[in-house]
Formats: sequence, structure tokens, C-alpha cells
Amino acid sequence: MSDLRELYQEVILDHNKSPRNFRKLEGANRMAEGYNPLCGDHVTVYLHLEGDVIKDISFQGTGCAIAKASASIMTWHLKGKTKGEALLLFERFHQLVTGNRRTNLDPLEMEELDVFSGVSEFPVRVKCASLAWHALHAALEEREKPVSTL
Amino acid sequence: MTTATKASIPARVREREALAEVVVVSSTAPPPGLRKVPDHPFEVRKIRDDFPILQQRVHGKPLVYFDNAATTQKPQVVIDALWRYYTADNANIHRGVHLLSQRATQDYEDSRVKVQRFINAAHSHEVIFVRGATEGINLVAQSYGRKHVQADDEIILSTMEHHSNIVPWQMLCEEKGARLRIVPINDAGEILLEEYEKLLGPRTKLVSVVHVSNALGTVNPIRQIIEMAHRHNVPVLVDGAQAVPHLRVDVRDLDCDFYVFSGHKVYGPTGIGIVYGKADLLEAMPPYQGGGDMISSVTFEKTTYNTLPHKFEAGTPHIAGGIGLGVAIDYLNGVGLDRIAAHERELLAYATNALAGIPGLRIIGTAKEKAGVISFVLDDIHPHDIGQVLDNQGVAIRAGHHCAMPVMKRLGVPATARVSLALYNTEQEIDALVGGIQKVREVFQ
Repeated sequence: MSDLRELYQEVILDHNKSPRNFRKLEGANRMAEGYNPLCGDHVTVYLHLEGDVIKDISFQGTGCAIAKASASIMTWHLKGKTKGEALLLFERFHQLVTGNRRTNLDPLEMEELDVFSGVSEFPVRVKCASLAWHALHAALEEREKPVSTL
Repeated sequence: MTTATKASIPARVREREALAEVVVVSSTAPPPGLRKVPDHPFEVRKIRDDFPILQQRVHGKPLVYFDNAATTQKPQVVIDALWRYYTADNANIHRGVHLLSQRATQDYEDSRVKVQRFINAAHSHEVIFVRGATEGINLVAQSYGRKHVQADDEIILSTMEHHSNIVPWQMLCEEKGARLRIVPINDAGEILLEEYEKLLGPRTKLVSVVHVSNALGTVNPIRQIIEMAHRHNVPVLVDGAQAVPHLRVDVRDLDCDFYVFSGHKVYGPTGIGIVYGKADLLEAMPPYQGGGDMISSVTFEKTTYNTLPHKFEAGTPHIAGGIGLGVAIDYLNGVGLDRIAAHERELLAYATNALAGIPGLRIIGTAKEKAGVISFVLDDIHPHDIGQVLDNQGVAIRAGHHCAMPVMKRLGVPATARVSLALYNTEQEIDALVGGIQKVREVFQ
């Protein structure tokens, strides 16, 4: 059971059960969809950007515990961050879940996201964890086509 | 609880009976119509000994393999056949005068005859080797379909098709300006025959339908579906990928025009599959691919195509795979197809009963006629998470849309967890699954 607990940490289970910011965002000025054709998981990320700052962020969709918790924690973590900070975190999160940390992480900055470090032991779940982040990235970059994790 | 428990008793009684001889696999199949009925009891523990992969532990637990609809495990005799072919007989076929080539050709063509007998085709040249069921459907779509389907024509499929029996027809329709018509299903996952009847008409050029659904386990009333199509002079392709491992298939009895299946889902190697087609249809069809082996003579001005079945087998085929499939069929005949079906029926009833008793678990696909597959959802726990926790318990299942997204949409679920059975599965393994599901609920309570 130990390696399972690495994957399904309490924080993840909690966010899966009661996802934060799980709603359509009224007044959003950016949005993007993420889709995992492998399993049919689907997430829409809504942003309210004021200048460079993420004033509000939310998501909706269906997915596994990892996908849902990742989206929830992402929205929770990014509120108030700038676009530049969010893009940097996108990179670092990707490194974290693929077990490929190339840069020195600011421990404080990544603390809340670190619960996903166990994902790197489960390669097929990397796409679950990064689905919402890819949608976020697309929303920030104003890409219109839904992003796919494949 | 009662019916399945009662049904399971004979299996347990039989298990205690004295062991008979290990299944003897003969290198030559019995003559047609004289399929030998094995006289030893069906002994699942003995069967399991034939499958070396099942002896392992995963995550410290005995492997419980319930992903048989994706691919089945291989008995030692099939593994040995591949080894023996590459060790002793490897040569190209149909052209060498040397001994190895003769041996390889002989074994490969013997396998074709084994397949012919296995599905009771009238002729061995009605059996075409391809890579798998997917390529088989593509062959019929590209050869028969492109010749016979024109603008505004219609091809009928069912809601429960695998993507491999949707996309090749979509591609054809796009090219020709033809249309797909889809037979609806009820909430149990059964084809609505009266709706199907309404779809059949002068524009219908082909019906292509799955025999056993890979996502739900529904056994379709295929004979009736064929009969109804034939009344309109419409030929029928049957996707038998999930049927052949579980049911005795007789293409002449069904009177299907095409039947496709994959070797690896019936205990044979990957990369080999079968298209059965009625000889007159195949004769009239243009080749699927061009190349060596499918020709009689070639000049730059004109090529004369080879006769059946070679016309449809361009290039060097998967010789070892074809031979391995033949050995897998020998193995199944040795165990006894009807006894395999009976064992799996008991297991399916036991599993259905056991799973239905779990609070919050809902079985998706409750057709009256089912084989080999139980799809389910559990509370609001995502099937991937179910699959992940079960894997940790040593239980391998499939989670997702099973390459059948339209039927998932129809039944209102984005994904399911799927347990699919094979001849080597046991009631103890079902019990391990049930225990694993309790663990899933503990993690996600």
C-alpha cells in the first residue's frame, strides 16, 4: 500500500473529494479546454486576467482523482499570481511529475504542489496530473484549439 | 447470491476430482467434422499451469489477470511454437525450393486449414491472414467497400461498435459521399432489432456489426441480424474479436459474408488475425494491397493477380504468428470450446453476482446474453483510480472508454472499469477482485 499512498496523498484525496474553484467562472476573459483522448478525461480552465495578474481562476470537467486534484490545487495555488509566475510553475510542475527536476525549486513555492511528486513513479498518470496545467498554459497563451495530452 | 453460488458448485466439485492428463496438443488438427471431444475434466488449475505468465506476482501479490478483452495470455505451446519456428524452420514461404521453406510453407498453410475448421468455413482459401481484426475490417472497407459503395449509399453499424469498426467506414463514407446509419441500443446495451429493420433499405450496401461487445459483453443476435440484412440482399461483416475466444463460431451456420478476428485475443500471438469471406465475394473483390505473393505475373504493362487467398496477402506475412495461431487453436480444441464456454459462463455468473452485491457498484451493460465482460462504475470513483488501486492488489483490469466512445456516451458514462474473463480465470480470482474493490473504497471513502 505504501507506494499507493505516495500517489494518493491525503491532500490529493481531499481535493478530489471537495475540489476548490470547481465552477464556471462568470466574467472569465480567458478559457481553454484540456482533453486526454486516452481516457476521455476533460477539463475546462477559466481565467480572469487583469493585466498580467490572475485575479480569479476556476475549472470544470470530469477526470480521475489525480486529474481533479491537480486542477483544484492548481487553481488554489495560482490565484493572484502573475502570468509569468504561472508559466514558470507550469514548467516546474511538469518537471516534478515527470521526475525530471532540472532547476532548483524554491521549496516554499512548490510546497503545495509537491504532493504530486509521487506521480513520477506512475508514468501513465503523468498526463492525468498535467491535464489542467496544459489547459492553463493554452489559456494563458490564448490558444483556441482544445489541448490534447497526446 | 443464490443462483451464482449454486452454479459455481459443480466447478468446485470438479476441481476436487482426480486430475486427468494434461491437455495434449496434437500438431495436426482432427479432420473437419470430427473435432475430438476431450474426455478429461476441465481442470482450471491444470489449465493455469499451461500459462507461464500467470505464475508471477505483481506488487507482491499473485497476478490476477482480468484484461483478457485487451489481449489474452499465451499457453506454453504457443510460445514454444514461435521459438521452434525461428529456431528450426525460419524461411520465406510459397517460393523456396529448399527444405526450410517447404516446412515453413507447410506449417503456415496447415494453420490456415486449422482456422478454416475452427470457424467451419467451406474452404481454406476463404481464410485470409491479416494483422488483426482492425486490418481485417480495413481490408473489407478498402476492397469490397470502395468497389460497391457509392455516393448516398448507406452502411449500417451499431451503437456499440469498437472504434475499429467505425473509423474505416467513416473514411470510406468520406471518400464516397456515403452515410453511416447507426442501430440504437437499449439501456441494457442490447441492439434494438426493430429499429435496425427500419434502417435496412435500398441504399444499404453493407451491415458491419460486432458479435460480442468489448465494452459491455453483450452477445448480439447476429444470426437474426444477418438474416434480416440478407432479406434485403445486403452482406454482413461480423467483428468477432471478442466472440471467438468465448463462443463456438460457425460462419456457415451464421451465414455471415465476412467475419474478422484477432489471434492475440484467442491465446495466439499479436500481429496476426483473420478475415473470413465467402469465396464468391472475395473472388470479385480487388486486392487490398499490392506486392509480392499476391501476383501471378508482373510486367510493367500489366499484372495478373494471384488466386485466393494469396490475392489478399501481399508481402511476406507474419509466418510465425500464423503458425502460432494454429497452435493456439489446437490448444483450445484440446481443452474443448464448449467446456471453455461453460467455465466462463459460470465465472461470469459468479462475478456478476459478487460485484452486484457491492454497495455503490453499478454494472454497465446488463444484456440477457453476455460473454466474458463485466463493465462497472463505483460510486463517483473514477475508473482509472479503481484500476490503479486494483493493480496495487495484483489485479489487472482495464479502465477507460475501451475504444468504444459512442456506446459510453449512449449509456451516460465517460469511462468504466472492465473485468474481462478467460479460460484460466478462477472464482478465487473474482474473490480477490472483490477484496480489491473494498480496498478502492477504503482509499476513496
